[in-house]
Amino acid sequence: MSNNRVSRRQFLNYTLTGVGGFMAAGMLMPMVRFAVDPVLAKKGGGEYVLTEKKVSDLTEKPEKVDFTYEQADAWYKSDVTDNAWVYKDGDKIIAISPVCKHLGCTVNWDGDPAHPNQFFCPCHAGRYEKNGKNIPKTPPLGPLDQFQVKEKDGFLMIGKVIPNTMVKQ
Amino acid sequence: MLNKLYDWIDERLDITPIWRDIADHEVPEHVNPAHHFSAFVYCFGGLTFFVTVIQILSGMFLTMYYTPDVVNAWKSVYYLQNEVGAGEIIRGMHHWGASLVIVMMFLHTLRVFFTGSYKKPRELNWIVGVLIFAVILGLGFTGYLLPWDMKALFATKVGIEIAASVPIIGEAIKILLAGDTTILGAQTLTRFFAIHVFFLPAALLGLLAAHFIMIRRQGISGPL
Repeated sequence: MSNNRVSRRQFLNYTLTGVGGFMAAGMLMPMVRFAVDPVLAKKGGGEYVLTEKKVSDLTEKPEKVDFTYEQADAWYKSDVTDNAWVYKDGDKIIAISPVCKHLGCTVNWDGDPAHPNQFFCPCHAGRYEKNGKNIPKTPPLGPLDQFQVKEKDGFLMIGKVIPNTMVKQ
Repeated sequence: MLNKLYDWIDERLDITPIWRDIADHEVPEHVNPAHHFSAFVYCFGGLTFFVTVIQILSGMFLTMYYTPDVVNAWKSVYYLQNEVGAGEIIRGMHHWGASLVIVMMFLHTLRVFFTGSYKKPRELNWIVGVLIFAVILGLGFTGYLLPWDMKALFATKVGIEIAASVPIIGEAIKILLAGDTTILGAQTLTRFFAIHVFFLPAALLGLLAAHFIMIRRQGISGPL
């Protein structure tokens, strides 16, 4: 026998704690899995959405383009309308996301008369250049995101949001 | 490690007497299944409480997804059962546990009855026990409507009609339960939800506390 004999009290303590812990884990594990489900859920989206905007109508000036898609929010399905600021840069079509990188408000092109030809966020006066680059000494810490774009039968299609590709951080 | 942490807290707050008071109590030979196996009948009260704890926990998690609204209730239940991870298990726990609580509580009542444990000086605890019985039945009745399927709807219609058959105040009870003079719908569902998750559980916790304090005060009744 070893020097550390397990007393009857210790043995019972270990057994009861073990069995109790096993039962508690059996109860709590499915509950935790149930609660954290949204974190483990696969990220959806990424489908291209057709807009009513003709590619030939786009100019060098950013223009607000609405696009509508069906959103499945758990048991609630609805049509959601988002928008993008779209312009032509040479042959390339650029679609800038209107979601401010500071705290997620919505930016507008030429939104502030004092700063023309910039994106302006009304919440905390964040500003961005045309390519989405955030202007130093305004609240945002990064450039506006971009949408992937495609053309179909002369109409613009908008895809998923990607980090800004034109601005080097 | 844990011992040290415990000692550190105990040195400052003197918590040992608190849990000793709860944990240390006599378990007489006649209620210990290790001595007489037939003493397992004394476990039913504790088992009722155990299943009640499972009901409270699984119910808390179910409300993360459940929506008490006539348009979305059924859809949210379908979603949480079929789309959410472990949803079938959690809803299963609450569904089957609901029946199990009532079975265990009934067996516990029979044990108390046939051992004569309700007699002096434990009459008050019997009365509190009967109130707990009523509250648990109320939880079963209100919870049955919440999935908002056909079975739930018609079971509640029947239940409310039974309540309406009470002389004189029957009609008032019916309107109070349904939330409307004729419709069993939106207001019934929100009412039943509120009663099921706030009012009755609050009453239940209070009554359980009284039940446990009394049994600790008076001790387990003697052998037959």
